[in-house]
Amino acid sequence: MSQQVPIAEGLFTWPSPNPALLGSRCQQCGIATFPAAQSCMACSSQDVVVEELPSRGTLWTWTVQQFMPKSPYHSNESPETFKPYGVGYLELPGGVRVEGRLTESDPEKITIGMEMDVVFDTWRTEDNGDEVISFFFKPVDVNETGA
Amino acid sequence: MDVAIVGIGIHPFGRTPSRSGLQQGAYAAREALKDAGIEWADIQFAFGGSASSGNADALGNELGLTGLPFINVANGCATGGSSLMSAYAAIKSGEHDLGMVVGFDKHARGAFNANPADLGLGNWYGEVGLMLTTQFFAMKIQKYMHDYGISNETLALVAEKAFTNGALNPNAWRREPVSAEQVAESMMVNDPLTKFMFCAPGEGGVALVVCRADKAKQYCERPVYLKSAVLKSRRYGSFEVFAPSQALQQVDGPTVDASRAAFEMAGVGPKDIDVAQLQDTESGAEIMHMAENGFCEHGEQEQLIASGATRIGGSFPVNTDGGCLANGEPIGASGLRQVYENVLQLRGQAGEHQVPGDPKLGYTHVYGAPGISAVTILQR
Repeated sequence: MSQQVPIAEGLFTWPSPNPALLGSRCQQCGIATFPAAQSCMACSSQDVVVEELPSRGTLWTWTVQQFMPKSPYHSNESPETFKPYGVGYLELPGGVRVEGRLTESDPEKITIGMEMDVVFDTWRTEDNGDEVISFFFKPVDVNETGA
Repeated sequence: MDVAIVGIGIHPFGRTPSRSGLQQGAYAAREALKDAGIEWADIQFAFGGSASSGNADALGNELGLTGLPFINVANGCATGGSSLMSAYAAIKSGEHDLGMVVGFDKHARGAFNANPADLGLGNWYGEVGLMLTTQFFAMKIQKYMHDYGISNETLALVAEKAFTNGALNPNAWRREPVSAEQVAESMMVNDPLTKFMFCAPGEGGVALVVCRADKAKQYCERPVYLKSAVLKSRRYGSFEVFAPSQALQQVDGPTVDASRAAFEMAGVGPKDIDVAQLQDTESGAEIMHMAENGFCEHGEQEQLIASGATRIGGSFPVNTDGGCLANGEPIGASGLRQVYENVLQLRGQAGEHQVPGDPKLGYTHVYGAPGISAVTILQR
């Protein structure tokens, strides 16, 4: 029977009704990093704890990947079906700037400073039918924030 | 003890189907030995590297097995700079008098595909399509253009200059001028960077013969002195390639750190430099590296480049041999190509791409994954 599996263990809470990215925070200097690490790359302390990162942030910078990457890229696409995708760093307040794929790929619709949510969705389907889940950054619906 | 460069050799960059990467390295080594008027057997030690053409030490099979200590260096795009820095230290320490630094490579077509595990990253990072250096360069210049008002036209002008200079350099890969319009209109690769704004992995080899400064005149009428050779890696908070996350507070990158240390070591400042070779993996990199290396303020590049200041006849010539954009990037050889070019410039032997005015001080800078930078300052 097919199931939903996270693309990597420990990257985000899954399964969960409210999934979140998992970072680690240094208890000595206070900096956070993603994915969670066993030591702090700022001060080298090993006194770190895993924490859930905020789910909304602002886009710090971005690009659009216009050509299909070589391996280790692993999707269900072929060169014929490949679609360009946005990539960016989302600044999560109080946390860290996390790199991820954007759900938007039209350069005209992406701007530095725009608000985005961390969302979780199927990345690819394995031969055995398993759905591999990953995280994406999705522009906040203007109507939703305006309400 | 100061260090001098007394012999230089290059194998033309580009595509050479008839020679392996190693053979291109051997070709460059023989040229450098000839330039210094010495034999391979005279070389007391060597540092060398290649990213995809095997161990540089295998050059012994081509040049002769003399028993010398030959150390293989692997440090990404800073491999050549790291080899040179190591040779510099070996001579400065008094351990050796005469050595060789060599780098070569032969890469397959297309963008590099790095392995996440080699950089301590999870496989997921590559699987979802984030393991690409091109994305980093695009995101860095995107942010920079937003913050400092650099235009798309300036990106195109940098590439146009590179191909103009490459056309003057017999050892360059790309020898046809390309207009700024053609650059801007070529295929978008990673917004805002188009195909002609990126260098491509390529082939080539470079070798340098280095020796104690007080013996330099034995080998060379016009030795060039290595006033500084510095390698730095990233500190926490610098914005770097292959980083699943970045710090909220940004600090200066390894280029800034290496540049400051190199100027201090040489006892000169940015205004003293007559010609510079700056890492131009893509157009945006050359622009940002002008400021990161201390040659201008952030944002001043827009006006400097429009005015032609960075052209061969300008007030601050940059990438006079066409840079990575016109030469391609054979990783092991690329940083040493910059040094080769500056030695030519300081000897006054750069031919059609010679900077006028008898340049005295040359500067080289490389930057590479996952956040390392090497700088040299050369003086004739």
